[in-house]
Amino acid sequence: MTNPNIPLATASTVSLIAAPPGADAKAAAVASTPKMSAKGLDFYYDKFHALRNVNLDIAEKKVTALIGPSGCGKSTLLRIFNRIYSIYPKLEARGQVLLDGDNILDPKYPLNRLRSKVGMVFQKPVPFPMSIYDNVAYAIRHYEKLSKADMDVRVEEALRQGALWDEVKSKLNGSALGLSGGQQQRLCIARAVALKPEVVLLDEPTSALDPIATGKIEQLVEELKERYTIAIVTHNMQQASRVSDYTAFMYLGELIEFGDTTTIFENPTKKMTEDYITGRYG
Amino acid sequence: MSDHIVKSFDDELSQLNAAIARMGESAQTQFVATMTALRKRDVEAAACVIRDDIDVDALERDIEARAIRVLALRQPIARDLREVISTLRVVVELERICDFSANICKRVIALNAHSPEQWLIEIGELGELASRQLADVVAAFGERNQEKAVTVWACDEQIDDTYTGLSRRLIDYMKADPRNVAIGMHLMFIAKNVERIGDHVTNIAESIYYLVTGSVLDAPRPKGDKTSLDQVEANS
Repeated sequence: MTNPNIPLATASTVSLIAAPPGADAKAAAVASTPKMSAKGLDFYYDKFHALRNVNLDIAEKKVTALIGPSGCGKSTLLRIFNRIYSIYPKLEARGQVLLDGDNILDPKYPLNRLRSKVGMVFQKPVPFPMSIYDNVAYAIRHYEKLSKADMDVRVEEALRQGALWDEVKSKLNGSALGLSGGQQQRLCIARAVALKPEVVLLDEPTSALDPIATGKIEQLVEELKERYTIAIVTHNMQQASRVSDYTAFMYLGELIEFGDTTTIFENPTKKMTEDYITGRYG
Repeated sequence: MSDHIVKSFDDELSQLNAAIARMGESAQTQFVATMTALRKRDVEAAACVIRDDIDVDALERDIEARAIRVLALRQPIARDLREVISTLRVVVELERICDFSANICKRVIALNAHSPEQWLIEIGELGELASRQLADVVAAFGERNQEKAVTVWACDEQIDDTYTGLSRRLIDYMKADPRNVAIGMHLMFIAKNVERIGDHVTNIAESIYYLVTGSVLDAPRPKGDKTSLDQVEANS
């Protein structure tokens, strides 16, 4: 249903673009020192301008949810946070993304360091075709040389943090492909946290899971935020409201509204945000 | 506000709205009928109001069931959530208002044409104020108009002041002759019920403000009923 009140690329959108410079930056600031910050961030898929002047803080040891309709740029933003886009040609980011004050978009910022600090979990679980143990140990071996005993400890620790240990401890050498979808996703989270990252990015981590497995991942996110800074992209509005401390609403490549999750879901400032979260987008 | 993508959600919300509007009308009808029954010392009309209170209770249960259903099945958020929460609050206030009307009617029956004209006129004036307030707040809710709601909210003090004066005069009336006490006490409770209706109207105004703005009306609430602060003098 098309509704005349909902701007697609109309006057209201223009007025948002025409907001005074820095207005969004101010709105998107968090109270504490941010772990990551996008500053004046633009992104291009070749000629397609996918992100437009995004200014957003990701608060340390909090969960920030990115919501918005398909194609709004939320996954793109997440993928910039660990520069995963750089494996594809013709993709270009302009502006800055600061991690502890350092611009990770600077080509001089070592990719290895970035990937060890910022872990990522994708929508579809992607276990490597190897044992459960090796799935977790694989990345650790890439970065560190550990004795078998130390590696055992690290793998167990990661699987415990992934809330998977009790279910797999007796079959660590079994294939990871034999796990259920929910278990595979928790394995991916365990694999991401095995490197002791500082930030964990979750790109629709439960969209392929049933409600029980989803609940386990959401519980896990709650536990993980004690140690890590988390950014999660989700299409599930209730999930965003359940798991996050801050919520950013994006539309057509722009950050429309950012605020603490309670405000966004109880009384958002912008009509576009309210129309989206209440299911009024035509 | 624009429509939901899921049309049945809009249908459920508009049915809920229609039901709460009916409840608002019922509360007004019951109260106006109550004040008329009082003024005319009409025992039969008073019995009618008491009988109709059963229908109001049924309507309240229906609205609550609808609201709970929307909460459970649609998980409304933001403005939608405030709509449902406000409806749940307002329906309770309206039901209480109807209870007060029914209680006044029981006293009209108990007084059985013995109420002195002078007091009926005075309580009638208090009832006029409350009736106007109730009509205004029901309209404000229907229009989702927070400015009207705030005006109603601020006007409650007038009801309180009128009640305070009336209550003091009723005490003097009872003091003057102990035979007045039985009638005087009924009249006192009737006046107090009208004053309480004003308070529930104020609560509705606060809910409207919350519904429209998402904020709580946090100014100090106008409080004009000072009778509870009157010191009792020994042997007075």
